Amino acid sequence: MNVFMRWFHKMGSPKYFYEVSGKMIPWFMWTFIITLVYGLYQGMIVSPPDYQQGESVRIMYIHVPAAWMSMFIYVVMAVSGLISLVWRIKMTEIFVISSATVGASFTFLALATGSLWGKPMWGTWWVWDARLTSELILLFLYLGIIALHSAIEDKRVAARAISILALVGVVNIPIIHYSVEWWNTLHQTSSVTMTGKKAMSTSMLIPLLVMSVSFKLYYGAVVLMRARAELLERDRNTRWVEEVVQEDTK
Amino acid sequence: MNPIRKKRLYLIGAMVAGIGVAAWLALNAFDENLMFFFSPTEVVAGKAPTGHPFRIGGLVANESVKRRPDGLTTAFDVTDNDKTVTVEYTGILPDLFREGQGIVALGQLNEGGIFVASEVLAKHDENYMPPEVAESLKTAHDNAVGNTQPQASIQ
Repeated sequence: MNVFMRWFHKMGSPKYFYEVSGKMIPWFMWTFIITLVYGLYQGMIVSPPDYQQGESVRIMYIHVPAAWMSMFIYVVMAVSGLISLVWRIKMTEIFVISSATVGASFTFLALATGSLWGKPMWGTWWVWDARLTSELILLFLYLGIIALHSAIEDKRVAARAISILALVGVVNIPIIHYSVEWWNTLHQTSSVTMTGKKAMSTSMLIPLLVMSVSFKLYYGAVVLMRARAELLERDRNTRWVEEVVQEDTK
Repeated sequence: MNPIRKKRLYLIGAMVAGIGVAAWLALNAFDENLMFFFSPTEVVAGKAPTGHPFRIGGLVANESVKRRPDGLTTAFDVTDNDKTVTVEYTGILPDLFREGQGIVALGQLNEGGIFVASEVLAKHDENYMPPEVAESLKTAHDNAVGNTQPQASIQ
């Protein structure tokens, strides 16, 4: 067993996870705040206006990282869901539901900021093109997962149900990504790609990448907080939680 | 991996693959409807629907924008660098509207083959750059093709 797998197995133990995540949260939080302040300063003040969009281009520094996060978190959920269904690990079950609300928030943020940009640039708040529609479906998937989880009393059954839903919905992720290439859309094609086509000036790319790192750190902090709370609730009748509570009230 | 887990993994794999295929088939069947707009070439070839409104997308052809005498109606050519369709629109155009800009217009073809639009949206491309860069790119391009604007000279 390699180092990573050993770490993964250790993190599967609730007590160990609770201790380690408690130490990790402040790191995520502080690095998030630092990168957020730096990214916003770079994006809102330092970076130049666009040759066509003018100052409205600054919406992109929120919109694009939020849209990336909406898909990234969904993939994390689907992978956690797969592990939960096959190996029945409690911690990954908790990760599925803990990610859902953060993912839904980022999806909403991407849609809302996109709409604010669309009005002055395109001339409309909303169009039913393939990119916008598939991203809206992603929001509904997140909301469906949250609703399904709260509809089922038994937490383990609920976790299995939402894992299946998360895996069903994962087909939407490539559709969102490739929608702008497969079909004619009003939404522009990707400016930042793995192939390294240079469609964005470096002075704009840097704040964008800083913001995307920042949002990932935020997700790291929030998902751990939510997972800890969920874990305590699920394990409230166990010995280790009793010990943690006694430790805290001392 | 023990047999039960292996079986679960295969089941889930089959489920995701099945949904993927179903989605692919459905999207293929709806391909036409998922297209947000038709290109001028498709419109000229008669692929666009007749009798109900559709969208046309392309670039506003250079030196084709004309104001009608009523002051509100604008006529311009939309091109995909192959075929061209004339569009007429009454109303306020979006800020990004200009010659050479990508646009999407919603409307219908009239008997004269003119596309009468009820809505014109600007389509922004994926290029992001500061104004100075755009300016220097344009200058470099103009120099390369050798059609720089003649400089005003004092004589």
